Amino acid sequence: MLLIPCPWCGPRDEVEFRYGGQAHVAYPADPEAIDDREWSRFVFYRDNPKGRFAERWTHQHGCRRWFNLVRDTATHQIAGSYALGEEPPA
Amino acid sequence: MMRRLAEGGAIDRSQERTVVVNGVSYQGYAGDTVASALLANGLIAVGASSVFGRVRGVVSAGGEEPNALVQVTAPWSEPLVAATLLELPEQALEVSLLPGLRGRLAGDDEQRHDHHHAHCDLLVIGAGRSGHAAAAAAVAEGRRVILAERDFRPIELAGDEAIALPRTTALGSYDDNFVTLVERVSPVRRRLWHVRAGEVVLATGAYERPLVFPGNDLPGVMLAGALRTYLERFAVAAERPAVFCNNDRGLEVARLLGAAVIDLRAGRTVVGVEDAGEDGLSVLVAPLEAPADIERIECDVLGVSGGFDPVLDLHLHRGGRVRWHEGRACFVPDGALPRQRIVGAAAGEGLPAVQAHWLLPGDESQAFVDLHRDVTVAELRRAVGAGLQSIEHVKRYTLIATGADQGRTAKTNATAIAAQLLGSGVAEVGSSTTRPPVEPISFAALAGRARGERFDPVRTTPIHPWHVDRGAVFEDVGQWKRPRYYPRDGEQMDAAVLRECAAVRGGVGMMDASTLGKIDIQGPDAAEFLNRLYTNAYDTLKVGRCRYGLMCRADGMVFDDGVVSRVADDRFFATTTTGGAAVVLDWMEEWLQTEWPQLRVWLTSVTEQWATVAVVGPRSREVLAAVVPGVDLSAEAFPFMSFVDTAVAGADAHVSRISFSGELAYEVSVPGTRGLELWAALWSAGEPHGVTAYGTETMHVLRAEKGYPIVGQDTDGTVTPIDLGMDWIVSKTKPFVGSRSLRRPDTMRPDRKQLVGLLPDDPALRLDEGAQVVLDPNLRAPVPMAGHVTSSYDSAALGRTFALALVRGGRDRIGHSLYVSQSGVTARATVVEPVLVDPQGARRDG
Repeated sequence: MLLIPCPWCGPRDEVEFRYGGQAHVAYPADPEAIDDREWSRFVFYRDNPKGRFAERWTHQHGCRRWFNLVRDTATHQIAGSYALGEEPPA
Repeated sequence: MMRRLAEGGAIDRSQERTVVVNGVSYQGYAGDTVASALLANGLIAVGASSVFGRVRGVVSAGGEEPNALVQVTAPWSEPLVAATLLELPEQALEVSLLPGLRGRLAGDDEQRHDHHHAHCDLLVIGAGRSGHAAAAAAVAEGRRVILAERDFRPIELAGDEAIALPRTTALGSYDDNFVTLVERVSPVRRRLWHVRAGEVVLATGAYERPLVFPGNDLPGVMLAGALRTYLERFAVAAERPAVFCNNDRGLEVARLLGAAVIDLRAGRTVVGVEDAGEDGLSVLVAPLEAPADIERIECDVLGVSGGFDPVLDLHLHRGGRVRWHEGRACFVPDGALPRQRIVGAAAGEGLPAVQAHWLLPGDESQAFVDLHRDVTVAELRRAVGAGLQSIEHVKRYTLIATGADQGRTAKTNATAIAAQLLGSGVAEVGSSTTRPPVEPISFAALAGRARGERFDPVRTTPIHPWHVDRGAVFEDVGQWKRPRYYPRDGEQMDAAVLRECAAVRGGVGMMDASTLGKIDIQGPDAAEFLNRLYTNAYDTLKVGRCRYGLMCRADGMVFDDGVVSRVADDRFFATTTTGGAAVVLDWMEEWLQTEWPQLRVWLTSVTEQWATVAVVGPRSREVLAAVVPGVDLSAEAFPFMSFVDTAVAGADAHVSRISFSGELAYEVSVPGTRGLELWAALWSAGEPHGVTAYGTETMHVLRAEKGYPIVGQDTDGTVTPIDLGMDWIVSKTKPFVGSRSLRRPDTMRPDRKQLVGLLPDDPALRLDEGAQVVLDPNLRAPVPMAGHVTSSYDSAALGRTFALALVRGGRDRIGHSLYVSQSGVTARATVVEPVLVDPQGARRDG
């Protein structure tokens, strides 16, 4: 059970949160302007690294806000959380 | 034979206790375990082994016990409890020894167990010397400490913020120092602790390891350290002990007990043990170099010590690393995890040097590596001979270390012997994985109070008491209880549903629709927001009008549907499916927060703020007219897909003309607390018209007759709006979430599964929902599947059965036959348009 630092509520148990997959994957600005290959990469393809990963979470059973955090997928060590639109911590 | 000494030990001879084993009573004292009480009564054998049926005895005095696992039968029921840990309670304890170490679950566990959540600065597991010292030091520094100890002896730990928990086992260790503990609050009740700790100290000690030699499984062959514990703590001892060891700790025990010594380090080994009946054991001793040169040592018990294994389960649960310590011949921690410390014997501290001889001479088929799983060196040799080189493979092949004792006395011996047989080092063969829980825990304890009524919240509508009163049969939809049908006079469901369907299409019916999800959407950009989420447009929707809408995920697959009403320029009211209410709100919030934060839109769930009743059927207008006398209900003044705000039964009411049945229909919503009054008012108004209450099953039939899909029943996350034949609701002019995916080659394939109607040739045959559709009645494997039945009912309006199905290229098959394979028969059916009742929509205006 991870202890997840919600940027607004502080550290809370993982069960209060919902996972949202890889962070920093922008919805294409003009989906109609891109070809099938590019669109399918947006819809279906995500990174799956062993190690540092920037991902989205939402504090589902708390403040209900979305945020990003950086987690090591092998050790579950969390480097920190940050607001949407911000750069990941070093 | 062991017996109780007249003096000594940490037992209270003034408090007699009773343990009943397989129906026979034995006396013990407060402070005894079941195992010590048995030994004190001269019993050592605990039953037959799991594979060979060999008689086995108590081996240990602790949590590593492989043999003495008992079934507790009274005053509570619990399988596979280590007799070496089981304290004798005040009430007589009844246990049975099941042959083959089987456990038996006996009925429902009626006990109510508790859960407890706690935070602390320091959690110490193990109240031995090292653990207690770590806890006391932290208490002295003013830190909040929890000290958990599996044993039942009292723990001295003074401090306002200190919690000492005897009879408490740490079951599992998880990320960020989250540890679960189970406390035996009373003999029968458990408290499951969920502890989040700033720091964790593992002071879990070390288990002594047996030696592997022929005859090492006979009752009376015990761990040397256990003999010491039984003497010092329980005042139980044998008259003629012997000790077989490869380290100084074994020698210490021998000295304490006055035992004969067989020391491997002096080149002497045991090549066999014989049961000498009343005389105890006859141990065959020989030089390692000359195993045939045998002398006999007669004894009551043979204590063995092959070294010590640090107890590292909690370290390993987290993926902590270990390394092989050659001198002590055991795995020791290779550093601790972040914010954890490992202290004392668990860290390998103070463990004796061991001179290991893993493969001892003698009959390998009599030399047991795992007593619990009944595996010998001969089986290990066979596993290695079969080409297995990793301990994980050897484990699966032999079942070593897979028993309820988790192989605590077996693992290291198995790994080292396998390594020896492979001619490689122990570290190369590897240590095996350890997983929670450390000891068996009952489901009842895991469930705690969350069972029965408290298992999951139950949601009921304000109108629920009426449904109960009318004998409705309920079905669970998400957490909601919804009336499924209202049987009359012992009616079965099929008859009731046919009656309800006929009543609705022939007159008027009422349904409680309060469970539909409802979302209030406000803000200057609300119309733009809905335009982006729904497949159809909302900026063009006029105030006072409603529109049916579909939502897709980015992959173009249908995700939910509902009706959106425009309450004001900047305010909409959206309904969702009953089960989809929470996920649709989540979905909307996600897009607003993550992709379109510039949109000024605010969302509020109002599902429970409104109670909703659907009044459906050709006579619904007359019923409604009686409760809203001032409102012009003519089709011209109050057209389909519009709403009026008025008052019903003295409550503010929102009345929509929407229909999920194709009939003239209204949905009336009032503030939730007024729901029952609304229902009563409508019911009284309906009675002169023979109004019938109907449930979800009738609703499903009525909508299916019209070809209206139910998201999640007729769709499964692989179905686009086009597949449903709902092109008419998909905007070609504005983008929406998923629109781009509808132009992918895969979503435009003509042979995609499409929603169609099916009419079985046999009008009385109701197809099974989920049954496979095939094109060829002569099924020969492999049979290509052409789709499946998604909805299937008996129809009062059609006077026959019908179904909806997703069929590959289905729209092109309309008018053709196909086959449905179910329950051993292959039924022929004709593919038809999905709208079977009133395809012209003539009934909509009544």
